[in-house]
Amino acid sequence: MSRPTPLRDIHESLGATLTDFAGWLMPLRYGSESAEHNAVRERAGLFDLSHMGEIFVTGPQAGQALDYALVGHLSALAVGRARYTMIVNEQGGVLDDLIVYRLGDEEFMVVANASNYPMVAARLTERASGFDAAVEDRSDQYALIAVQGPKAQEILATLTDADLEGLKYYAGLPGTVAGAEALIARTGYTGEDGFELFVANADAAPLWHALTKAGEPYELLPAGLSSRDTLRLEAGMPLYGNELNSSLTPFDAGLGRVVKFDKPGDFVGRAALEPIKDVPPRRRLVGLVATGRRVPRHGYPVTKDGVVVGEVTSGAPSQTLGKPIAMAYVDTGIEEGLAVDIRGSQEAVDLVELPFYRRNK
Amino acid sequence: MSTIPDDLSYTKEHEWVAGLDDGLTVTVGITAYAAEALGDVVYVQLPEVGATVEAGDSIGEVESTKSVSEIYAPVSGEVVEVNQAVVDKPDLVNSEPYGEGWMFRVRLEGDPEDLLSAEEYTALTSGDN
Repeated sequence: MSRPTPLRDIHESLGATLTDFAGWLMPLRYGSESAEHNAVRERAGLFDLSHMGEIFVTGPQAGQALDYALVGHLSALAVGRARYTMIVNEQGGVLDDLIVYRLGDEEFMVVANASNYPMVAARLTERASGFDAAVEDRSDQYALIAVQGPKAQEILATLTDADLEGLKYYAGLPGTVAGAEALIARTGYTGEDGFELFVANADAAPLWHALTKAGEPYELLPAGLSSRDTLRLEAGMPLYGNELNSSLTPFDAGLGRVVKFDKPGDFVGRAALEPIKDVPPRRRLVGLVATGRRVPRHGYPVTKDGVVVGEVTSGAPSQTLGKPIAMAYVDTGIEEGLAVDIRGSQEAVDLVELPFYRRNK
Repeated sequence: MSTIPDDLSYTKEHEWVAGLDDGLTVTVGITAYAAEALGDVVYVQLPEVGATVEAGDSIGEVESTKSVSEIYAPVSGEVVEVNQAVVDKPDLVNSEPYGEGWMFRVRLEGDPEDLLSAEEYTALTSGDN
């Protein structure tokens, strides 16, 4: 049985198509996923992301514990800021990609993917054992609601006195939203401006209703995982299990910048990653734009003159480009004459640099 | 939950078949249930006019934002017409699955087998909800 979020009744009352995702019963879409996608690009969309994991690391050495456990330099993070980082294994393979928020001098919140957070919590506990720090998985206590899109700030501002204007991208602050205590973070996974609101489970439904009402004048739409996936794909953002997995290092994924070798002390994965930091990877992550209408999908081979030179990691029709797009690992140095083997037929694609879509700031 | 027209026949692969009464040419499409399950349809590939198909053959595909499904021939015969409108405007499958979103017509060879009545198809799909 898939596990429901605290917003299940609302999703059902909205007529959502529910689907199992990483063991959770999640809304795939409420009506048309294209309409939801466009709402986020043009106005605003409302997402239930309560399946994500929230793991707290606290104590005098919480920062040092995270420096050892993750590839980033988290002890250097200012209170109120957030950082995109990764947890890798001893071989440097990516176990998950994470966002870490520093909530206080001795308090960090690690947000992990739904499919991975029990493992991340276990690894963090293991790796923090030599430090004066405690690791607690509080995922069961938190719901996460995101409001994303160019109108997100205007909508949220009607429900909170928090200084949204002053809140930078990748920053978070505690505040009250529609009467609920929340961590208000300016983060997201859509390529748009937006906020992620971490609240207690019991506050999730009232907050959803308040945001829905506040969003009415802006034609805010509830948006499901399907549009979330096409939005993040256009924005060139990796998805764990598609672009990232434990057989790839951060360098393989073109995300070597998140590995901070100059931080103090050792970290898990350093010995494996340091020798390869300047070695060009065999394949690189690129964008593909199909010239036809068939969609390259996860796992399809990328070919040149009939020879396999890569593999598609994610693909979908792009609302913004009006053509199918895909992310793929393609052999370094091959840029032209590419095709994707779509169920036996070689369909021409153009290679482009990521992202496909970048918002006007 | 979509309504299921009671004057059509159906397959387990969520296709509908119309026009069996005259016993000559039938029209085929996919059901509203299938269209809803697929999500926004973005691409439809149909068989060639003139192709001879056997019931159960995979003869085309329907692609949505999230997935791709095969179209099977629900009956045996010759494809005599395909709906270019649905190729040009695949979202007709979502908006009018039983109308403008029809897919192709087949001139029957022999009697169709294994088709479901509306009642049987309703029973099949209600089990999934």
